Amino acid sequence: MTDLLAASPLSQPFFQHALLAGTAIAAACGLVGCFLVLRAQVFTGDALSHVAFTGAMAALAFGYDLRLGLFAATVAMALLFGTLGRKARPDDVVIGSVFSWILGLGAFFTTLYTTSRSTSNGTAGVSVLFGSIFGISAGRATVAALVALGVCLLVLLIARPLLFATLDEAVAAARGVPVRLLGYGFLALAGVSAAEAAQAVGSLLLLGLLAAPAGAAIRLTDRPYRALALSAALAVLEMWAGLFASYAVPTMPPSFAIMAAATAVYAATFLIRRPTTRTPTPARAGA
Amino acid sequence: MLLADTAVPAWSWNLIADFQQMWSFPFMVNAFRAGAVTAVVSAVVGWFVVLRRQTFAAHTVSAVAFPGAAGAVLLGVSAVYGYFALCVAAALVIAALRGSGDHEESALTGTVQAFLLAAGFLFIALYKGLLEGPQTILFGTFLGITSTQVTVLTGVGIGVLAVLALIGRQLLFASIDPQVAAGRGVPVRALSVAFLVLLGAATAEASQITGTLLVFALMVIPAATAQNLTARPILSLALAVLLALAATWLGLTAAYYSPYPLGFFVTSFAFAGYVTARGMHALHTIRGRIRPSLPAKEVTA
Repeated sequence: MTDLLAASPLSQPFFQHALLAGTAIAAACGLVGCFLVLRAQVFTGDALSHVAFTGAMAALAFGYDLRLGLFAATVAMALLFGTLGRKARPDDVVIGSVFSWILGLGAFFTTLYTTSRSTSNGTAGVSVLFGSIFGISAGRATVAALVALGVCLLVLLIARPLLFATLDEAVAAARGVPVRLLGYGFLALAGVSAAEAAQAVGSLLLLGLLAAPAGAAIRLTDRPYRALALSAALAVLEMWAGLFASYAVPTMPPSFAIMAAATAVYAATFLIRRPTTRTPTPARAGA
Repeated sequence: MLLADTAVPAWSWNLIADFQQMWSFPFMVNAFRAGAVTAVVSAVVGWFVVLRRQTFAAHTVSAVAFPGAAGAVLLGVSAVYGYFALCVAAALVIAALRGSGDHEESALTGTVQAFLLAAGFLFIALYKGLLEGPQTILFGTFLGITSTQVTVLTGVGIGVLAVLALIGRQLLFASIDPQVAAGRGVPVRALSVAFLVLLGAATAEASQITGTLLVFALMVIPAATAQNLTARPILSLALAVLLALAATWLGLTAAYYSPYPLGFFVTSFAFAGYVTARGMHALHTIRGRIRPSLPAKEVTA
């Protein structure tokens, strides 16, 4: 029976939905993550991932759609982080203090949710934390894919000035690039893509989707645009590898398979000598 | 809309009776002991974390306690070993591969964290029937801390503090000005590795009580609060310990008298202190008494 299923995963509706949502989300995370790494703001992404958990649990506890909480919490917190730092680049210690409290709040909402709604199952918190991409419905997959595509387009639209502002903030500001506005805009995009990725791999693991492909791409090439494209491509390939691997081995959760593929690619880049490599991706699938 | 367990004991404003009632349970006494040890150790280590701006590394090391605990449960050994093994291992990985530029380091740290958390999830998925497991590991519990655990915690805590006392002066020097310290012959890199290992041990210890996700709160918030209040090293170190202790014990008391998780209370009390300190700081700044002392301030003439 498993042979029969494994022969045609693409004919399964749940797999199609996962593939649709996963591909778009991975591309968005690859693009945003690349800038996060270049701007040394991965920790912000980390903070946003945990904020996503609290947002989702709060929405569940008060009986709203989970996605509403996800997007509201991550975007609001991203903009708050922007105001906390100078030039929309917040300080690590401030982020840490704020988000560890937010996380405590998440624990509170989890308890509220599990105690107040008797019909609910106790595993909702776990699926928010670790994702359940195979459980995504057709409607949700379409919405997620559309939002992710929007994020991709916006990132590509602001890529040039944002890159300038990232690499040399002072000169960019002198040349009339709206550095502050870009910083905020980028943080908001990071918030949206964190909320997106939380639906796919869960709020605890979305950091891997943001950091690993981007880190690998930046290790492989010095050119920013090439790194951007490579990062998105790697993220999508890793997502596919993870999905197929998890389909082939049902005991392995998809979130773990995706993370394992991403980590394997990132680890592989350490084996390659860094300068003057023009080799394309050593796309090592986890399966 | 909320609560409640009828089993939750009631808080009467008679403090002595309340504490007598609470401490009549051995598990609460153990929780207070373990909380005290945890608070002191993580505040001291966290003080250096904040000083060195290594919050991301600290968060990663604390997050990987989760796969440690989950893996230990899967293998059937005591969770304590899992905590220590994985926290120290993650600290070593970060220490070994770091030092190749700022942005690469953060990508590395993030990848290590996400992968190990995913591994923890795999362990949970492989070990079926651990219904409440993940939540407890992630958000902590003060129930069922045994006397043996308290002894182990105290032993490790004393060890961490002793090593820190030994290298503290040099570490302070290397944290504040690494270049000058290296010039004066201080082994900056070795100190950095040693500190990360200490961090691993301290987080492994603390995560057993506050949960792996919130141990970070106990490390960073009191230290950040203290460093906001005073610039003198010894004073702010003492203040951080005091604040962590207060947050933990208040949190334990509140968690005992309510149905909500310990982690929520500990972080909330600590964060309230932080907000107060920031507010006072801002007030002073507005008055113009204290200039904000940002270390990496760019001077634009």
